[in-house]
Amino acid sequence: MTAIGVEIAVDAPEPIVPGAPSPQPLWLDFWRGIADDNPVMIQMLGLCPTMAISNQLSNGLGMGAATLFVLVCSSLLISSLRKVIPNEVRLATYILIIATFVTISDLVMQAYFPLLSRTLGAFVPLIVVNCIILGRAEAFAGKVGVRRAVADAFGQGFGFMVALLIMCIVREVIGSGTFLGFQLFGPHYEPWVFMIMPPGGFLTMGLMFLTMGWWGERKKAKLAEVAK
Amino acid sequence: MISELSWIFFSTLLINNFTLAMFLGLCSFFGVTTKMDTGWRLGAANTFVLVMTAVAVWILNTFILAQAPYLRTIAFIVVIASLVQIVEMAIKKFLPVLFRELGIYLPLITTNCAILYLALTQTTRGYNLIEGIVYAIGGGLGLTLALILMASIRERLDVADVPAMARRMGLVLIIAACMSMAFMGFAGMGSTG
Repeated sequence: MTAIGVEIAVDAPEPIVPGAPSPQPLWLDFWRGIADDNPVMIQMLGLCPTMAISNQLSNGLGMGAATLFVLVCSSLLISSLRKVIPNEVRLATYILIIATFVTISDLVMQAYFPLLSRTLGAFVPLIVVNCIILGRAEAFAGKVGVRRAVADAFGQGFGFMVALLIMCIVREVIGSGTFLGFQLFGPHYEPWVFMIMPPGGFLTMGLMFLTMGWWGERKKAKLAEVAK
Repeated sequence: MISELSWIFFSTLLINNFTLAMFLGLCSFFGVTTKMDTGWRLGAANTFVLVMTAVAVWILNTFILAQAPYLRTIAFIVVIASLVQIVEMAIKKFLPVLFRELGIYLPLITTNCAILYLALTQTTRGYNLIEGIVYAIGGGLGLTLALILMASIRERLDVADVPAMARRMGLVLIIAACMSMAFMGFAGMGSTG
């Protein structure tokens, strides 16, 4: 791993900013967001949209795409402006940049996907206060080069989408017996409506965390056995 | 008039509870509800900022944003951020004890989605100043209620023997699901209103 890291570092010499993440190969910046450092499942950020709009797969796809767009564009802009933005007002600047891209995606969605825009409602403009985006700007994009910032943004965006889609699929299949609107179980299936209502969101998320906790405990037990 | 206001208040407080029915402000709901004290203090701070936001949004909507509705999101977030900053400075100057107790939670209110949601909904529903303030108080008290309930359950959980796999977040979310289910019982109130 270190050998590759050194190669990349030679390839793109970046002055090290205090507090900047250590140099890593680009694909690792991308992959980390999906697996080891997943924004929803590991960092527990952006829980509000993940639970609020995950009652239909189409909602999840729209929300995931909008968030990915805002995340990548704002990371790109923040990273390229990082030497110009004064340190004292950086948070206000980040929020302004993010709000600009959120407005763009909101208007585009209203123009081309009016139905989706109506079901998502206030949650599209609420992408501004999604902690994933501001968190990445503060922890990553404001401190590293453009290429790494974009790779990281794509990773975090897809990681968010993966978690969101898992929630959506579970809730839509159980809660209304459909997948992207197609009937799955025939006319005799009685949908468990609870799952598409608010408590179902908390429950699905809870079950997801329980599964991950179980997985983690199993891994730990296996490691302990190997150590013996 | 009064019945309409009380309907706005109770529907926001119980039926459409910001935290348990609308999924707003979950970061602080899960993040700081480990102790009762911080729970209600954060709730009170949130309520205060919500009311201030309602007034500010009404001013913006009435006098400024009619000319440029596409600037809504940007204008709201900038106003909320500066409002929180002003409130923070005022509390620091006049109530230093409270400032120390609230600590980090005060600046974090800016990124609480409940505040921006209130601003946006107040606009789309076309509430006037008084309706907006009542809406903000109802929402803030609803948030506080959820925070207090969760904090008191979690204080009790500290001494319980929780299975290892549920220790991180799983159990808390299942509890939240049960609370949300209980709050859905209030939805019946809407049928007569």
